This record gives sequence, structure tokens and C-alpha cells, in this order.
Amino acid sequence: MTDTRDTAPGPRSDGRAEGLDARLVVGRGAFRLDVALTVAPGEVVALLGPNGAGKTTALRALAGLTPLTAGHLRLDGQALEPTPPESRPVGVVFQDYLLFPHLTALDNVAFGPRCQGSAKAEARAQASEWLGRLGLADHAGAKPRKLSGGQAQRVALARALATRPRLLLLDEPLAALDARTRLEVRSQLRRHLAEFEAVAVLVTHDPLDAMVLADRLVVVEDGRVVQEGAPSHIARHPRTDYIAQLVGLNLFRGTADGHTVRLDAGPCVTTTEDLSGPVFVAFPPNAVTLHRERPAGASARNLWHCEIAGLETHGDQIRADLTGELPLAADLTTVAAAELDLRPGAAVWATVKATQTHAYPV
Amino acid sequence: MTRTARRTRRTLQTAVAGATALLALSACSSSDDSSSASDSPGTASPSDELSGTVTVFAAASLKESFTTLGKEFEKAHPGTKVTFSFGGSDSLAASIPGGAPADVFASASPKTMKIVTDAGDATGTPATFVRNQLEIATLPGNPDKISSLKDLTDSGLKVVLCDKEVPCGAAAQKSLDAAGLKLTPVSYEQDVKSALTKVELKEADAAVVYKTDVHAAGGKVEGVDFPESADAINDYPIAQLKDTQNADAAKAFIALVQSSEGQKVLTGAGFLKP
Amino acid sequence: MTELDKTGAAAGAPRGGPRRRRIRGRRGVPLPLLVPALLGLAFLIVPLVALLVRAPWRSLPELLTSAEVWQALQLSLVCATAATAVSLVIGVPLAWLLARVEFRGRGLVRALVTLPLVLPPVVGGVALLMALGRNGIVGKSLDDWFGITLPFTTAGVVIAEAFVAMPFLVISVEGTLRAADPRFEEAAATLGASRFTAFRRVTLPLIAPGVAAGAVLAWARALGEFGATITFAGNFPGRTQTMPLAVYLALQSDPEAAIALSLVLLTVSVAVLAGLRDRWMTAG
Repeated sequence: MTDTRDTAPGPRSDGRAEGLDARLVVGRGAFRLDVALTVAPGEVVALLGPNGAGKTTALRALAGLTPLTAGHLRLDGQALEPTPPESRPVGVVFQDYLLFPHLTALDNVAFGPRCQGSAKAEARAQASEWLGRLGLADHAGAKPRKLSGGQAQRVALARALATRPRLLLLDEPLAALDARTRLEVRSQLRRHLAEFEAVAVLVTHDPLDAMVLADRLVVVEDGRVVQEGAPSHIARHPRTDYIAQLVGLNLFRGTADGHTVRLDAGPCVTTTEDLSGPVFVAFPPNAVTLHRERPAGASARNLWHCEIAGLETHGDQIRADLTGELPLAADLTTVAAAELDLRPGAAVWATVKATQTHAYPV
Repeated sequence: MTRTARRTRRTLQTAVAGATALLALSACSSSDDSSSASDSPGTASPSDELSGTVTVFAAASLKESFTTLGKEFEKAHPGTKVTFSFGGSDSLAASIPGGAPADVFASASPKTMKIVTDAGDATGTPATFVRNQLEIATLPGNPDKISSLKDLTDSGLKVVLCDKEVPCGAAAQKSLDAAGLKLTPVSYEQDVKSALTKVELKEADAAVVYKTDVHAAGGKVEGVDFPESADAINDYPIAQLKDTQNADAAKAFIALVQSSEGQKVLTGAGFLKP
Repeated sequence: MTELDKTGAAAGAPRGGPRRRRIRGRRGVPLPLLVPALLGLAFLIVPLVALLVRAPWRSLPELLTSAEVWQALQLSLVCATAATAVSLVIGVPLAWLLARVEFRGRGLVRALVTLPLVLPPVVGGVALLMALGRNGIVGKSLDDWFGITLPFTTAGVVIAEAFVAMPFLVISVEGTLRAADPRFEEAAATLGASRFTAFRRVTLPLIAPGVAAGAVLAWARALGEFGATITFAGNFPGRTQTMPLAVYLALQSDPEAAIALSLVLLTVSVAVLAGLRDRWMTAG
């Protein structure tokens, strides 16, 4: 594969699109997956959905491990359907990494280059470089079972990247990690994905992972795309009850200084975590309380003046889309909404308790 | 070819004679039945007292003829049952001192019988009831034109012998020594039937086996007599065993084997009279 | 009966015996398991012990130093090893086929593969003669075209042993393959490995303990092979007379020699199996 990134981005002079253009149709018994997916080079797209929605099937179809029943699959203008998995310029980070247990970290990473025809020494040199880039130089000689979860994840990423794929697939890349490691690995992975110049598609059922890692979400339910768009957009305009519950997350970037985070959007948020430097702050919509009058008392220091941009009903809940000082999603009951006399255009005060926010480093 | 044809005819005649003898035997036994049923005295048959099972351990080469005799025995003495264990004489002989439940032992060599008598497991002196002579078994039609023991030493031929540890192998070695010949076979088979099977399956060109085995193989092999076989004629001894549970029936079976009817069946199978 | 009494006494020991024994068994061994287990152990061990007790120890050195014994032992080891190698070369791919490729009649094929396990070895030998013998359906062509005849040759011994021993290997390897995660092969594929490369560089190392266990089983079976060997390859010292054949024929005239030969076979196989176990099987 030649690296087409050096040429001008977007449609090339011959009119063929760069990046991924696919319609994945896989029929299996009663289940049918039908997902259209278009991803530009450098973009990270997350397939988000509940278990059994068909996300992993879509990923396997992209990798060529599951054949397409119908549809098409083009990568950088080239049709991939007839190409067997071993010949596709695709790298995969599997859910439990599937590092070859009998090989060292170095040989795991060198496996791809070796299969692509590099001499042993050459493949090892490349592998060594990748491990160094991912901060694993010290673990090159370790067998997978000696690696921590986070290290194994990075080895798996290095192994996938070492084949210089034009399409990087990640299946639940953080699911196998414990909560502590997860935070750290997530921010590392985000950096590595940001550096990756080709198409990246990741599959997850965790909205936080999806929102942190991806530029764009594609929500899949029962084998179909129910909504797609930027994470913040989907959070504020969930189109199904499932998405409303799933993506019920306000997520902001900012810079922390102790317990205070100055958000890139302007205002400050008080958090329980004591951090410094670039961070994410997240809290669920149901943590947001709305008031028609500015609330008295100092208990809620996270107070913003907003305006209601829209209201959507989801079951007995109402999701309010707020603009103003801070764009927010807020959930409240229909009763509360009626009491507050909420309607689009109304001015409200939004508060969030510090204990309900969650900040973590980028 | 003509010789073979003649021999086959002769064999057939013997077989017919044997069958006739058997018919006579069975006719005789049925008259025994009727006489015992009508309580008429005068017949000296011991059938009235005999019952139960007779277990006979016999050399594998006796299988066909002893099976026939066993059936006759059961017919002649209703209520009795003859069960056989056919095998290599050596293994059978080895199993008897080990407590194998046998009433009669018929061996293919005095040497193997000696194992049993030495162990004190036989009653009385074993009696030779038949003899067996070696013959060369060749492929049907004798394509390699084998006519003597010397022909077998031709290096182009695949010859199988019995292992020297088993009677047919020992006898073959004796004949070869008598002829002053040195023969390297492709295999020393564990028993005479295996040796014969190799020729039947055309894996070997010839084997030195017993006349009776050639006879039993029917048309699948062709027999060639050789004079040196006279130096290695095998005596077949039979003996009643000490641990028998059914001494009378065992005696009666041995008597049947040695009777003229029994000898007819045995010679019909290719055995020589003692 | 004395054996039964002995096991009975042993079975009673944990109850009334010293406490130390119960601790060693961690949580105590339930009697309904212990009694049959000890009975099973006795059943397997007592005949071997009997062989040792009745062995002609005095004449043993003389028996064992004879050239014939060494010839037979050497032939046995060489043939069993060669048969294991043959089984590995064709048995492992067969196991892979059965475990990884869906095709019609796979169940039937699997049953056919295991058939030599239930077939009396002598029948196996006859079947081999009919297939590969001088007059066999395949062997006839081998003879006509290449002048190769297998019966009565050392190669014939290897074939007979492989025929009987290979199913052990195939079953063992197939089981290991089924237990192994096929996604490792998929991972290898996404890294650019062809199916064969994935098998060679990923699957094979992963199932190595199973392959080793299967090879050891096959080797042990080949070493003790008698029926198929003597039927297909015959019996000729130095060429096709392996230890079991020598033992059988010695049994005809000299049971003491047979016992001595058996002891040699026993000692060698225990030594080899114990050695292999330490090196391979515990690593897996």
C-alpha cells in the first residue's frame, strides 16, 4: 500500500474518494446487519451500540473475517470484497488483544512485517521502533502473560500498526482493562489514534470510550444505524430512547488546576478530582438540575445561565438541549418540566454538584 | 498339473469317504438314541452315562477335523457339549500348567506335550493319534515352477517359514538340515496359519507348511511334496488332563479320535495315520 | 483376594489413620472415590509387579546382553520413532482438517479415522496387506511402477505401527485444536499471514503440548505394536522383528526369556515416557 496521505486530502484528482466507503450487509439466520459507513482518512469513527447490535460483525466484515452477504467495501477507492483478510491493508486490535502467547512482545509486533515479506532482522527492527513509539521498549522481550493489561493493549496496537494499515479496527479496545488502567490507557490510545493518519474504526458499547476516542459516533441497534454524528450532537439530540440512555453524557475539555477546571468552552467547573493540565470533564444529563430563578446558596458552585434550545421526550423523561454559557444536555421528569414551565427559548439556570462530575486527564 | 488334478480327485474321494463314514456314525448314534429311549439292552455304547462339557485344547491345524468330530461326539452322546480352544500348541501347552480349564489336550508336537506331562498335568501316557508331514505351499498354478526344497533357495523367491520356536518351523529346519540347504526366508511367521496366509494373499511366493494346511486352504494354494519332509514328520499326541472335571467324556472323546471313524475324518483332512 | 484386602485396608487408613494424611489430601478424599481409585491402581500395578517378582533375575544379564535382544530393541525404538514421525507429518494436518474445516460427512470421516483404535491389530495388518501388499490395490501399482514392496521390510513395520498409532495422535491433536481459540488464526490473518503460515507460526506452537502428548501416546502404542506388525511385515530378526514379536516368540519356548525381554521394553518405555513428561507435558 502506498501512503496516499501525502497527496492533497479529500477527493483526488482522479475523482476517487480516499478513506473508507462501505455498506456492510451480513445476513446470519434471523439477524441482518446493514450498516453504511463512510470514514475519511485521519478520522476516528466509533460504532456504538448495545451487545448483540452487530458492531463486532461489522468489524469482522471490514477485516474480511466474515464475508459480506451484499453491499460494498471500498478503501481508498479500491474494492476490498474479493480480497482475503491476509491481503487487506487492515490492522485489527482485538478485544482481548489475542497476542500470540508463545512469542515475545517484539516478535508479536514483528509478525506482521514478517508476513509481509520483511527479513527477520528488518521486521524486528521495525517492531522495535513501534514498541519504542508506544513506550514499550523495556518490554520487548516479555511474553504476553508477563505484560499488564495496559501494556498488552499497547503491544496489540503496535502489532496492528506495524503492518502500516490503511484501515485500523479496534474491537472494544478498553473493555478488558480494569477501571484504573482504563483511564490511563484511554488517554494514551486517544493520542495514538489522533496521530494515526488513515481510517480508524472502533467498536464499543461504552459511550465514554466512544466520546473520548472518536471524532464521530455511529450508533447501531439491531444491525442498523439509528443515528450518527459528532458525540456532543448525539448527546444532546438522541434520536432513540436507547441513545438517550446510552449517550447521556456531557463531555467537555478543559484545563485543570486543582479542583477547578477551566473549560475550553469558557466557564469553570468544580470537580472532586485534584488534577492539573488538560483534562476531560464528564457528567450525565440527569446530574444537571434546572431552575427558573438563580438558586440561592453556595452549595452548587457549578452554575451556568442557559437557554433551552429544544426538548425531546423519551419515555417519562425529557431531555433538554441547552445553549448559552455552556452547551448542556439535561434530563428531567415530565412533572418537573411542567412545573418549571420549560419551553424552547426559556432562560434557565443549570447546576451540577461537584460530586457528580468526573474529571480525568486527556 | 495332472498330478495336482489327480491329487484333488483323490482328496475328493477321501472327503466323500469321510462324509459317508460320518453319516454311518450319525446313523449309529441315532439308533443309540432310539435304543436308549426304548430301554432295550444290548448296545455297548457308554452314551447313557455321559453328560456335561468336554473342553478340548487342540493345535490350530486340527481345527477343521476336530470341529467335525466334536459335532459327531455331541450327536452320539446327547447332553454333552464339546468346546474347543484352537491355538498354537506352545501357547496352549503353556496355559495348561497355568490352570486353563481343559479336559483334553491334543498337541502338534511331542515337545509341546512334554511341557504338560513334565508339569504333571496329564493323566497316563500321551498317545500319538496322527502324524503330519510338511509340504511346500505355492501360489495356485505354481507359477514359479517350484518342485523341490532346493528351488526355494532361489534368491528371487519370497519364502516364509514358521518361526523355529513353533513346531512347523522346527520341522522345516530339520528338513532343510537333512537336505543340507541354507534358506533365508523373508519372514519367520508366528504360526503355520500365518505362513499360509502370506501365500494365500500372494505376499509370499511359497511357504513350508503342513499337508493339512494346504488341504484346508482349498484352491488358494497349491501343494508340492518334497522327499526331505520324511525326515521331519510330526507326531500329534493326545492326552487326558489331570484336572479334568469330566474324565469319562474326555476318555470317550480321545477314543473317538483314535477310532477308525475318527481316523477317517483326520486322514480326510490330510493327516497321516500314526 | 489378597489384593482386595490390601486396598480395603488402605482405604480405611484416612479415617482412622494419622491426621497428616488427611491434610496432605487438602480436603480429604471421599471414600467412594478413594476405594475404586486404589482398586484401579492395584489392577494396573499388580501385573507389572508380578512380572518383576517372577523375572529370572539370575539369568537376566546373560539374556539381555545377547545381540538379538539389542537388535530387536534397537529396531523397536527406531520403528516406533519413525512411525511417530510419519503420524506427525500426516496426522497433524488431518487433525487440523477435522477440527477447522467444515465439510459434509466430517462426522463419518472422524469415525473412520478412529477405526484402527477398535480394529483388532491383526485385522489391521491384513487390511494393510490388501491395500499395500505386493498384490494389494495400491501396493500392486507400487510394485509395478517403482518396484517397491512393503511387506517383510522395515518400512512395512513403520507403516503397520503408524496405522495403529496415528489415531491416538489425531484424536489428541484434534481435541487440543478444538480447545484452542481459532481467533488466534484470525488475528494472524489480519496481520497478513496465509492460512498455512498462521497454522505453522501460530496454531502449531499453541497446540504444541497437545501434539507432544499425542506423539508420546502414539510412540508408546507403536512401541508395543504386535498384531499389525507381524501380519503386515512378518518376523525377521534385525529387519522386522521388534521387541513385542521377540517377546511373543520367546514365550513359545522360553517364558523366562520372554519376561526378561518384556522387562527391557518396560524399562525403556518408562524411562522415555518419564523423560518426555518432564520436558514437554508439564510445560503445557
